[in-house]
Amino acid sequence: MMMISKPTTMAVCLKSAATGQQQNRNMATLKQISMRLKSVTNIQKITQSMKMVSAAKYARAERELRQARPYGEGVKAFFEKSGATEAADTDDNNKLIVAITSDRGLCGAVHTNVAKTIRNELSAESVESPQSKVFCVGDKSRALLQRLYSQNIAVVANEVGRKPPTFLDASKVANELIQLDFNSGKIVFNRFKTVVSYQTEEVPLLSAKTMLAAPKLQLYDSIDQGVMESYQEFTVAALLYYTMKESACSEQSSRMTAMDNASKNAAEMIGKLTLTFNRTRQAVITRELIEIISGAAALE
Amino acid sequence: MYERERGDCGLRRRSTSRRVSVASCGARVRSPLPSERLGIMASFLRSTKLVSKLTQGPTKCFSRNYADQMNFTFAAANQIFYANKNIKQVDVPSFSGSFGILPNHVPTLAVLRPGVVTVYEDEGTSKKIFVSSGTITVNEDSSVQVLAEEAHPIEDIDGSAARQVLQEAQSQLSTASGDVAKAEAAIAVEVAEALVLAAGN
Repeated sequence: MMMISKPTTMAVCLKSAATGQQQNRNMATLKQISMRLKSVTNIQKITQSMKMVSAAKYARAERELRQARPYGEGVKAFFEKSGATEAADTDDNNKLIVAITSDRGLCGAVHTNVAKTIRNELSAESVESPQSKVFCVGDKSRALLQRLYSQNIAVVANEVGRKPPTFLDASKVANELIQLDFNSGKIVFNRFKTVVSYQTEEVPLLSAKTMLAAPKLQLYDSIDQGVMESYQEFTVAALLYYTMKESACSEQSSRMTAMDNASKNAAEMIGKLTLTFNRTRQAVITRELIEIISGAAALE
Repeated sequence: MYERERGDCGLRRRSTSRRVSVASCGARVRSPLPSERLGIMASFLRSTKLVSKLTQGPTKCFSRNYADQMNFTFAAANQIFYANKNIKQVDVPSFSGSFGILPNHVPTLAVLRPGVVTVYEDEGTSKKIFVSSGTITVNEDSSVQVLAEEAHPIEDIDGSAARQVLQEAQSQLSTASGDVAKAEAAIAVEVAEALVLAAGN
């Protein structure tokens, strides 16, 4: 979008330059306008095809998300019903925040929203002791957080977003994540709502210790350390899988809308530039005619 | 297989939960103790008048058992089988032993081991689904979540391909060096063995 809004101001400059200048300059502007027109047309072609690509990717992501939703709900059900989430909230130190983004940009404010949520969280903490660790999934979140909170970033996972996320990807992230020592944490991701809307949300991420301290855990039968650890590991992977699917879907839908807007803006610019181009050409012709006629009149 | 009748459902539930954990089952089972029911049965034999008074308790209990809903979710990363459906029973393989879950099961957490999950649907049909790994959660509101990493109906498993996978896994185990690689290969063998077993059924 930014990329396209810049040339608009240029076109305005050109227009003002075109009207009050001399003939030889007018010829040059005409050329400049036609070049600009060509480049904007090319940009429009690119954004249009990017929109088509992301539309196809979005359709797939949405289909897969529909499969992953009950999966995520299933994981969250235990958190809610055992009251483990409230237990985690009281424990404030040694937190881990997982940012689910991707490597790819040009998709609206999807990644910025995730980074903003985390930035707000981190800014509330004291500067001298970085307590919260950040796990960046996707290069975009790292790029957005690096400048101010580089010492908080613990792990960065990249090569995210080129292909739809799989359970294997989630397991790899979960594997790294479990090795980090944390008491409680959360995953910040974009929950997909409709094609044009998503919401930045967070789900709690609990360590085996916090899970064992859940208030209603006494009701649960046959739980020991080993079962809880395996359970927690799988839960982390499943949650990551679910959130990655949600994020991927919101990203594709957001990219689709962004590219649609870009194509529309480009079309608008092409219209304006064509008008300027024709007007300038006409002005050149008229001026030349006036010069010829006035020259002929002077000879009489 | 597990035809549920009025009389034995309480007993059945006790036996399933006992299989889960022998030590702590008594206090948590909600259905009436068998001794209570025996008492009621005896009174039935003695006098029908008494029964009309006494049955209030048990009928309430039975009707509760009958109206019990099991909010069952069975999802894998590749496919969803049940989403908040009501079913009769589900048998799951776990690392603490295989066990059956009926409505109102004692809340528990368990880890799935590779094997076959059998779901007895309300209509009386049963479905067998192979799972590789995952978790089982039974919550106190009788909702059950079985989440698997990967799951397929056993009809879809190719027996010869499964045997081939097993052979490959075994050869990998014999050549594996290092603790991590060995553990990984051992898991692969375990899954492949379960796969062959499931394909055989």
